[in-house]
Amino acid sequence: METLERLLAAHPFFKDLRPEHLQVLVGCAANVRFEAGQYIFREGEEAKTFYLLRHGRVALEMAVPGRGSLTIQTIREGDVLGWAWLFPPHRWHFDARAVELVRAIAMDGQCLRDKCEQDHSLGYELVKRFAQVIVERLQATRLQLLDVYGHVPHR
Amino acid sequence: MSPTVEASPAPLWPLPCRLHARRRETRDTVTLELEAVGPGLGEFAPGQFNMLYVFGVGEVPISISGDPAHPGRLVHTVRMVGAVTRALGRLPRGGAVGVRGPFGTSWPLEEAAGSDVVVVAGGMGLAPLRPALYALLARRERFGRIVLLYGARTPGDLLYVTDLRRWRARMDLEVEVTVDAATDGWRGDVGVVTTLIPRARFEPASTVALVCGPEVMMRFVVRELQARGVPDGSIYLSMERNMHCGIGQCGHCQCGPFFVCRDGPVFPYRRIAPFFRLREL
Repeated sequence: METLERLLAAHPFFKDLRPEHLQVLVGCAANVRFEAGQYIFREGEEAKTFYLLRHGRVALEMAVPGRGSLTIQTIREGDVLGWAWLFPPHRWHFDARAVELVRAIAMDGQCLRDKCEQDHSLGYELVKRFAQVIVERLQATRLQLLDVYGHVPHR
Repeated sequence: MSPTVEASPAPLWPLPCRLHARRRETRDTVTLELEAVGPGLGEFAPGQFNMLYVFGVGEVPISISGDPAHPGRLVHTVRMVGAVTRALGRLPRGGAVGVRGPFGTSWPLEEAAGSDVVVVAGGMGLAPLRPALYALLARRERFGRIVLLYGARTPGDLLYVTDLRRWRARMDLEVEVTVDAATDGWRGDVGVVTTLIPRARFEPASTVALVCGPEVMMRFVVRELQARGVPDGSIYLSMERNMHCGIGQCGHCQCGPFFVCRDGPVFPYRRIAPFFRLREL
C-alpha cells in the first residue's frame, strides 16, 4: 500500500526534497478525491489548503457576468493546485472544478505555514518551488494573451 | 535532413490543376484536394509546399497537408485571410488552379528512425506536419514513442478533427490537444501548447522534435524542449516567410543568410538559432 510519505516523495512538485522535510510535510497531508463536476474551491473563499494532483484534471474558472464560467486554464496529474494559502490575504483567486475524477494530496495551509515559521530552510524551499510554479503560470498566461494563432499570413 | 523531392524542371511554369474536393475545416479554413488536368502530379516530401495560382488573382505558398503515400491528389489546407486565399476558398468544384512545386526542404524522418518523435503544432502549423504524421504512422515500427502536441486558439479552430479522433484512438500514438480559450462544451485542456511539453512522455536525449506554428510560439516551444533536455541538433522548425518565387530568386522570404523557400521551410534549429530571435529580420 502506498504511504502518504511515498506519494509525496513521488510527486514532481516535491522531487528531490530533503527526506527530513518530507517527514515534516507528511504531518500536514491527507488523501482526498473529488468527483467530476465538483468544485474544489471557489473564488473569494479562504485558501486553507493546496493540492498535489495525482490523477485527473482540474479547470480553473472565473465567473464573468453575462458570459458564465470561463475556463482560464486546466491543470492535471503532476501539477500543483493553489498558492493563495501561502500569501496574504489567503483568498482563492479562481474557482477550481474537477473536470473528471480527481485524486490529490491535500496539504493543510495553516499547518504548513507553522512548520515553515519553525524551520526557515523548509519555508525557503517551499517558497522557491511555489515561485517557480507562479512564474510558469504567468509566462503561460502571457503567451495565451498574445493570441498567437489569430493572424497567420499564409498556409 | 531527408532527401527533398526536386521541383519540376520549369519551376516558374504552373501545372494546370482543378479542384476535386473541398472540405471546410473551421470558420476560415478549408482543405482543398487538387488533381492534375494533364500529366500527373509528382511526389512530395512531408514539410514541402506548393505555390498555388488562382489565375487573374495571384499566387500564394501553401504547405502540402495530404498523405505522401497518395501523391496523385494534392491536398492543401488554406486559411482565407487574403485575396488569393479567399479566391481559393471560393473556388467551385472543377475550378482551375495552377500549381508550382513542390518546393523546399522536408522533415527529417529518416534521421528520426530509432528515436522518439515529438510533433508540436500550433494553429495552422498542423497542416505541414500532417504529412509527417501520416509517414511516421505508415512505418510506425521504425520509431520509438510518437507524441503529437497540438494547440489551437479555440475548439472551433481545431484542424483535422477526424484525424485527431482516429489518432487518439491509437495505442501507439500519444495525442494531447489544448486550446487558448475554451468554449461551452469543451472538455479538453485549456492553456498554451508549451504547457503540454513538460508532461509528455518521451526520452529527451533520443528525441527528434518537429515544430510548426507562429514564430513566437516556436520560440517558447524551443525553450521548453531545451528545458526537457532535447538537444538543439534534434529540433526542427518550419518557418513562415512571405514567399513569392519558391526558388530563392526574388528574395522576399530572406531570413538572415537564408531564403526560406529554398533553404527551408524546414530548418534544423541549430542552423537558424542565431537569426531566430532577431527583431525586424
